[in-house]
Amino acid sequence: MNKPLLVVAPSPHIHADLTIPQIMRGVVIAMLPAWIMSIYNFGLGAVYVTLLAVGFCVAAEYAITRYLLNREASIQDGSAVITGMLLAFNVPSNLPWYMILIGSVVAIGIAKLSFGGLGNNPFNPALVGRVFLLLSFPVAMTSWPKAVATWTLDGTTSATPLGILKDGLRTGETVDTLMKQMPSLQDLLFGLHGGSLGEMSGAALLVGLGYMLYRKIITWHIPITMIATVFIMTGIFWLIHPYKFANPMFHILSGGLMLGAIFMATDYVTSPVSHRGMIVFAIGCGVLTVLIRLFGSYPEGVSFAILIMNGFVPLINNYLKPRKFGVIQKQETSN
Amino acid sequence: MNEVVLYTIISLAGIGIFAAVVLYYVSRKFHVTEDERIGRVESVLPGSNCGGCGLPGCHAFAEAVVKAGDLAVLHCPVGGNDVMKNVASVLGVKAVEKDPYIAIVRCSGSFEYRKKTNVYDGSPNCAVAAQLYSGDTGCAYGCLGLGDCVDKCDFEAMYMDSNSGLPVILEDKCTACNACVKACPKDIIQLWPKGKKNQRIYVACLNEEKAGAARKSCAIACSGCAKCAEACRYEAITIDRNLAIIDPEKCKLCAECIDVCDVRNIVAANMTAEKIQQAGEHRRKREERERQKREAEKAAPVPPPPPPTGTPS
Amino acid sequence: MSKTLHDNELKTFRTGGVHPDDQKLSAAVPIVTLPVPKSVKIPVLQHLGAPAKAVVQRGDKVKVGQVIARHEGAFSANIHASVSGTIGQIKEEMDSSGFKHLAIHIRTEEDEWMETIDRSETHIEKITMSREDIITRIEDSGIVGMGGAAFPSHAKVVLPEGKHIDTLLINGVECEPYLTSDHRLMLEKPKEVITGVRILMKELGVERAVIGIEDNKHDAVTLLSGLLRDDPTIEVQPLAVQYPQGGERQLIQAVLGREVPSRGLPYDVGVIVHNVGTTFAVYEAVQKNKPLIERIVTVTGKNVSKPSNFRARIGTPVMELIAAAGGLPEGTGKVVAGGPMMGRAIGDLESPVWKGMSGILLIPEAEAKRAQEYRCVRCGKCVEVCPMGLEPYLLMALAKSGDIKQADHEHVIDCIECGSCSFVCPANRPILDYIRLGKTKAKSRKS
Repeated sequence: MNKPLLVVAPSPHIHADLTIPQIMRGVVIAMLPAWIMSIYNFGLGAVYVTLLAVGFCVAAEYAITRYLLNREASIQDGSAVITGMLLAFNVPSNLPWYMILIGSVVAIGIAKLSFGGLGNNPFNPALVGRVFLLLSFPVAMTSWPKAVATWTLDGTTSATPLGILKDGLRTGETVDTLMKQMPSLQDLLFGLHGGSLGEMSGAALLVGLGYMLYRKIITWHIPITMIATVFIMTGIFWLIHPYKFANPMFHILSGGLMLGAIFMATDYVTSPVSHRGMIVFAIGCGVLTVLIRLFGSYPEGVSFAILIMNGFVPLINNYLKPRKFGVIQKQETSN
Repeated sequence: MNEVVLYTIISLAGIGIFAAVVLYYVSRKFHVTEDERIGRVESVLPGSNCGGCGLPGCHAFAEAVVKAGDLAVLHCPVGGNDVMKNVASVLGVKAVEKDPYIAIVRCSGSFEYRKKTNVYDGSPNCAVAAQLYSGDTGCAYGCLGLGDCVDKCDFEAMYMDSNSGLPVILEDKCTACNACVKACPKDIIQLWPKGKKNQRIYVACLNEEKAGAARKSCAIACSGCAKCAEACRYEAITIDRNLAIIDPEKCKLCAECIDVCDVRNIVAANMTAEKIQQAGEHRRKREERERQKREAEKAAPVPPPPPPTGTPS
Repeated sequence: MSKTLHDNELKTFRTGGVHPDDQKLSAAVPIVTLPVPKSVKIPVLQHLGAPAKAVVQRGDKVKVGQVIARHEGAFSANIHASVSGTIGQIKEEMDSSGFKHLAIHIRTEEDEWMETIDRSETHIEKITMSREDIITRIEDSGIVGMGGAAFPSHAKVVLPEGKHIDTLLINGVECEPYLTSDHRLMLEKPKEVITGVRILMKELGVERAVIGIEDNKHDAVTLLSGLLRDDPTIEVQPLAVQYPQGGERQLIQAVLGREVPSRGLPYDVGVIVHNVGTTFAVYEAVQKNKPLIERIVTVTGKNVSKPSNFRARIGTPVMELIAAAGGLPEGTGKVVAGGPMMGRAIGDLESPVWKGMSGILLIPEAEAKRAQEYRCVRCGKCVEVCPMGLEPYLLMALAKSGDIKQADHEHVIDCIECGSCSFVCPANRPILDYIRLGKTKAKSRKS
């Protein structure tokens, strides 16, 4: 009678290795190369902003769930850490602490927990935080410190390549002359230019993508499709009018495209579930990004593009379902 | 400056008037005439939309009542006779009294009586567990203890007792809406007449196994021994598939059956211990009288058969 | 020519699928015949359909192979005595299905077989029986699908009007991790299996058969295709390893490229599928007149000291098999009848071996319980792996909230319960638990 009782449960009785905490850890690991590059570029500011954003996000999640919603604090799933890191990746490295605090509270409190927490938020929390800051503090959010490892918190500011392009075109300069002021493609790839923390180095972000694909955390559908869409679309415009539009390589390597395509658009909660849906979503993100960059008033459009497409996800999930086994054939035979 | 103010006022007023006209026409054009009694009936209903009447909500019930025109079939179990009286006065028809019901739990196999034979580790949901197997104890008829009934209760009239692993129904809150009855995959929860003075008697067991097997899986299981059926003066108790079943229509709540049960698994709700004891005394005296009567009959010399007559010797 | 490896091309099904760890621990262990148990409990329901009706009474003497319960209606199967001896109690018993069913107890005395049964090991290749006799023999012998679903085999011959079969597909996939009973059978009784295939071809009146085998059993592929070199009617098709390839629909798509319509059956695309184990049982029934009284059972698990493949009599207590494989390892938390993906956890080790039990898997305590559940983050992994192209996360939500109408609309009934969704879910959500519930409710809603 002292024999321990056997466990009975419905099948399956084994489970794959990947679980939510492991995935969250994997995403953080995938972000590390880009973070290291941003430290290399911006020095202590990058460390400071990231730690503050992560700290504020986790604290906000804990405080709101525990004391405002009176339920068990939901920080152990690690999603707040990722939101914090992504928020930090999307802001300049010299952002004052109170702005980071506001961004974090908006991201966690408004964009995530007010919808019911992880899994229920329609919009990417970090992006909501970022856009809120961009609209509330436009100057601070677009004053980028110069990308040299200064190891001090102050320094001169510079514009992003896309900012230079937009302002230049507005004042009537040609792309050719503007491109001469731009960092080289190598610099774009390895990150010696102005911009937000995480969007510095395309190469580092691609390493992160490779890691996430290898760990099977995400599939290729969203990032590759989104980058390819931007490449093809800007390529077409460039071929038509090389004086007015920058070349596609410049477009995919500058600004937040890589960061957005790899880490923001792929957010599970706010992206479609089926592969077909993912591709449509990513094409939408790409097209909107290009339209905002080329014709909108903002120099960069990745955040807005992804947020807009986030809004379409329920619709995409509803209409782009996977093909059900044996169903289409049945319709054919019944006709 | 004045012109700006003036134009603003005029244009806003213009938009306002235009919108008002459109709204007016739309509301006239798409106006649905509804029997105004439906609204009045609905206003006297409890408004809990529990579905206990069998219809999807109070509005649907109001519609159905108005359409039917009488109260022969439809009844709101939550509101009970009071509410139905109000409904009747709205409709101007005669109210039909119905005995109030209450939900009862027909399993008393708490942890101490029913030993675990395995550990359930599936979803904490009775319907899922019931589909998988007969349960984590030896009794295939008993409560699974995962609380589907409590989840479905809209009136906070139930909770799971963590000491016994069985659901408990709060009498003053239960409205007999039937939601828990439908939720239970083992049919352990049933609606039962609430009874006079809130008193009712039922067997809290559904185990249909034979005596030995039933007691092996649960120490308090009904074995169908029929002692209670013998004790009942009103033939309210029958034995079917090794299980005693009390017919609430015939039961007179005399409580004489309660203490004959070996495992004391006949529940007498809201009866004092004294009453049960008195009823037991009463039964014993009655049985004693009957026994004496039988013995007296046995002891009394049987009258000899009448001698054969008319037989030639 | 055609039946050799198709240019080494490995076919597989196209929608979804997962790759659980293989863990075929007992693949190299030859089949051992278990000693006759002292007593057996034989449930009268060991198949899909109606229970068989007991035709013996307590105290009756029976011989091995004697019918003890006869099938009721077309959707049922005969049950035979697996040992000789005296019938004991006939009462409700917990079996490995998790529910109590009527079971017939037999106390073993000697090992006396029915005289009609040919107990020799010699392989009889020539099929002398007519088609009608074969059908009757399969029905009489109580043969059911031995891959786990236990569909009465004789019922597969009955086709609705207008359906035509052109191919017999033999399922040698054994896609469940750990299990090796079909693999060992193909290695040790290849000729008998092939003769069984020919019998089934004759029974169905088809000219073509394909044996589908996953490539992790390369030795079986080589052996069988070697034996079939001169027979153009039977092909051996190696398949890429992917779960759940052993599902009928997946196997038909993998091997023949045909798609069984939703809510349809294999015969809708001209195919009948039989398991390798069933094929062997058919051989024994037709050529040796031996009813289904024993089967191959894999006993395995990470901590099992001697992972084994046993030939065990139906009705043998599970515990006896575990004892023969080195005993119950210390700290066993869960015992599964069948494979880890679709098998049933059993709570009572005295429950008997039944016709559909392909294996017994012992899972250590540390892995027995489910891990902490998180909220659904809609990662879409369940959608990605579902072999039926369904959206498991959605079906779970619908079933949980009771919206059965919508779940039905989303084809919840098409779910084959392979478990890939629950297996892969990073949030450890019990997806299949609720889909199964929704499926049952959707079915009852229909009727």
